[in-house]
Amino acid sequence: MTKPRAGRYTPSAGWTQELRKARLHFVTGKGGTGKTTLAASLGLALASGGRRVLLVEVEGRQGMAQLFDTEPLPYGERHLVSAPDGGELRALHIDAEAALLEYFQMFYNLGFAGRTLRRMGAIEFATTLAPGLRDVLITGKIKECVTRTGSDGRFAYDHVVVDSPPTGRIVRFLDVTRALTDVTKSGPIKGQAQGVVKLLHSPETAVHVVTLLEEMPVRETLEAIEELSDAGLRPGAVMINRVRPPRLPARSITAAADGRVNSSRVRAGLEAAGLDLDAATLDGLVDETVEHAIRIAAERSAMEQLGEAKQPTIEVADLTEGVDVAALYEIADMLVEMGVR
Amino acid sequence: MAADVKLTRLELDKLIENPKTKVIVCCGSGGVGKTTTAAALALRAAEHGRRTVVLTIDPARRLAQSLGLDELDNFPKRISVEGFEPAGELWAMMLDMRRTFDDMIIAHSDPERADELLASPFYQTISTSFSGTQEYMAMEKLGQLVAEGEWDLIIVDTPPSRSALDFLDAPKRLSSALDGRIIKMLTSPARAGGWGVRKAFTAGLAMATKAVSTVIGGQLLTDASAFMQAFNSTAGGFKERATKTAELLRSPGTSFVVVAAPEPDALREASYFVERLSDESMPLAGLVANRTHPTLANLPATKALAAAEALERQEGNGSPLAAAVLRLHADRAALDQREQRLLARFTRAHPGVPVVGVPALPSDVHDLDGLRIIGERLASAE
Ligand SMILES: Nc1ncnc2c1ncn2[C@@H]1O[C@H](COP(=O)(O)OP(=O)(O)OP(=O)(O)O)[C@@H](O)[C@H]1O
Ligand SMILES: Nc1ncnc2c1ncn2[C@@H]1O[C@H](COP(=O)(O)OP(=O)(O)OP(=O)(O)O)[C@@H](O)[C@H]1O
Ligand SMILES: [Mg+2]
Ligand SMILES: [Mg+2]
Repeated sequence: MTKPRAGRYTPSAGWTQELRKARLHFVTGKGGTGKTTLAASLGLALASGGRRVLLVEVEGRQGMAQLFDTEPLPYGERHLVSAPDGGELRALHIDAEAALLEYFQMFYNLGFAGRTLRRMGAIEFATTLAPGLRDVLITGKIKECVTRTGSDGRFAYDHVVVDSPPTGRIVRFLDVTRALTDVTKSGPIKGQAQGVVKLLHSPETAVHVVTLLEEMPVRETLEAIEELSDAGLRPGAVMINRVRPPRLPARSITAAADGRVNSSRVRAGLEAAGLDLDAATLDGLVDETVEHAIRIAAERSAMEQLGEAKQPTIEVADLTEGVDVAALYEIADMLVEMGVR
Repeated sequence: MAADVKLTRLELDKLIENPKTKVIVCCGSGGVGKTTTAAALALRAAEHGRRTVVLTIDPARRLAQSLGLDELDNFPKRISVEGFEPAGELWAMMLDMRRTFDDMIIAHSDPERADELLASPFYQTISTSFSGTQEYMAMEKLGQLVAEGEWDLIIVDTPPSRSALDFLDAPKRLSSALDGRIIKMLTSPARAGGWGVRKAFTAGLAMATKAVSTVIGGQLLTDASAFMQAFNSTAGGFKERATKTAELLRSPGTSFVVVAAPEPDALREASYFVERLSDESMPLAGLVANRTHPTLANLPATKALAAAEALERQEGNGSPLAAAVLRLHADRAALDQREQRLLARFTRAHPGVPVVGVPALPSDVHDLDGLRIIGERLASAE
C-alpha cells in the first residue's frame, strides 16, 4: 500500500520553533478523534534520540494499557516501552482519588481511615462533589513530574505528554485558578496550585488539538483554540488525524463531486490498462468516484476552515489496518519526519 | 473471504411497524451515529403510519434546525415541513437536562420546598456538572413520555458518553452518590452506623472526614447535605426513581438498538453492551453497523491495483483519471474487507444478534432527505 500523505492544502505545516520549547504537552480533541493514539505516538516521537518521556493518563480508562497491550497502569510511574535510538517512554496513570489520599497521608497522616473512606466511596464522592478539586490534584501531580530533577540536577523527564480530557472539558481542566474556587481558601493545595498556574501558562506548556477533517471535530477544534487563548493558555499544534490520500487529480474534484465524471474517458483508460468491464461495474466505479470526490471536497473545506486558526498543523495518515503498537512507532516516525522533537 | 460467518439480518421495518413496539432506545459509544439513527428511524416510523416522537440529546445544530428544533424547550414539537406528509406523525424534542431536573423537583414537592431545593447552591452543581445527570434525566424524560400515553412509538437517543454502558450505569451511580449515606457520614461521622465500622475506628474516621471537609470546604458539604435531605424526603428519593425507570427499560414493548462504527473499539464496546443487556434481560433488537463502505463495483482490489500501476507505468501516464478511479476503488475494497472482517468477528462472538450495515453517505446527514436515505439503508430497503 502506498504511504498516504496529503500535504496539499496544508496551511502552515510543521513543528515550529515555539513548539520545540514546550516540555509539557497536553493532547486534546473531540471524543474519538485519536487523542490517546496521538498522545502515545507523540511520546514516542519525543523520546527518540535517547530522551526520557512520561506519558500521563488522567481519564481513568486505562486506554494506554490497552493500546500498548500491557497490564493496567498503577498509580505510579513505570517503564512502558523503549523508543528508537535508546529513548524511554514511561507511563503514569493519575487517579484523582489516589492523589487525594496521597495528599491526605502527607498532611494529615490518616492511616487506615483514609483507605476506609475510599472503600466507602467517600473519596470518589468528594472529588465528584468538587470537580475543581479533581483537576487541581491532577495538574498538581503533573507539575511535580515536569519539574522533578534527579541527583545530577537534570530534569527527570525531558518531556511529559498528557492524554487529556476532550475539547469540551479541556479549558476547565487547565483553568486551575478557577478550579481553586471549588476548594478551600487556605492550606497546602492552594499554595501548590500557584506554581501549577505559572507552569501551565508558560511557553513550557503546549495544548495540541487532534481533529479529523469532518465538520463537528473541526468546529470543536476552532472553539477550543479560541477558548484556550482567551484563558491565556497556549494552543499548540493542530494534529489532523486519519488523513487519506486524495486519489483524483485536483482539477477533477469539483466536477466529480457534482456528479460529473467523464465515464467514456474512464472506460478508455481502463481499456488501455487491459480491463474490459461491463456497464454495471463501470457505473459502480463512477459512483465510487463521485462519493470519493464529495468527501475530498468536504475535507478541503474543513482544511480551509482549520487554516483560520493560524496554528501550526501536523498531519497523520489514516492506517487502513488500524492501530497496534507497531503502528504507534509508524506514526511516531511520521511525526519526527514533520519536525517533532 | 473472511466474511463466511452467517449474519442474521436485522429487520428494522418489522420492528418499527409492530404495534407492540413502544420504545426503541438507540445506544452506542461516542460519535457512532446514535442521534442520526434515532431520528432516521423515527422519520421512517412516521412515514409508515405511526405517531412517533424522537427524544434527541445534543443533536448537531444543523440536524436540530432541520427538525424544527431551534431552541431547547423540553417538550415535543410536531415536524411540519412543506411537502412532508407522513402517514403517521413525526414529533421531536431535544432534552433539556436542567429543565427536566427542575420539573422533576417541582412535580414532587410542595412549592415552598421546591423553591428551597432549586435555590440550593449544591443543586447548581449537580444539575450542571455531575456526571450521570444527563443519563438520569434522559430516563426521567422517557418515563414522562411513556406516562403521557399519547405515543405509538417513542424513540430515544442516548447521551454522548464514551461508553455505551454509561447509559445503564450512570443513573445508578448518581443515585447512590445522592442517596444521602455518604454525605451523612461526611457531615456527622460519629453517627454513621451501618457502615461496618467498629467503634474504635470512628475517631480515626472523624479525623479523616474532617480532612475531606477541610479540603472541599464545609459549606459545600452543608449545602449538599441540606439538598439531599430535602430531596430524598419529598421526591421518593433518587434511588427509587432510578429503579423505576430501569424497570421501564425491561418492560415489554421496549427494544434496544446498538449502534457501532465498523471499527475495533466501537465493536468492542458494542460487545460489552450486548452482553450486559442480556445479563439484565433487556431486549436487544440488534446491531446497526453505521458508516460502512461496501464497494459499488465488482472488481477485485488486486486487479484494480495492478491495472492502475500498469497505467501509471505507461509513457506519460496517458490516463490519470482512470488510474485514480482504480486506486480509489482499491482503497475502498480494502476498507470494505476490513469492515466485513470486523463484523464477522462480532457475529462469531454473538451469533444470535441480528446485524444491519448502513453504508456511509458521502457527506453529513442534516436534513429530512438525508434522514430518509439513512432510514432506507437501515431497513435495507433501497
Ligand atoms: N491514524 C489512524 N489510523 C487509523 N485508525 C486510527 C488512527 N488514529 C486513531 N485511530 C483509531 O480511532 C479510534 C479512536 O482513537 P483513540 O482511542 O486514540 O481516540 P480518543 O480521542 O482517545 O478517543 P476517546 O475520546 O474515546 O478517548 C481507535 O479505534 C483508533 O485505533
Ligand atoms: N450513515 C452515515 N453517513 C454519513 N454520515 C453519518 C452517518 N451517520 C452519522 N453520520 C454523521 O456522523 C456524525 C455523528 O453522528 P451522530 O451525531 O448521529 O452521532 P452520535 O452517536 O449521536 O454522537 P454523540 O455520541 O456525539 O452524540 C454526524 O455529523 C452525522 O451527520
Ligand atoms: Mg482516549
Ligand atoms: Mg448524539
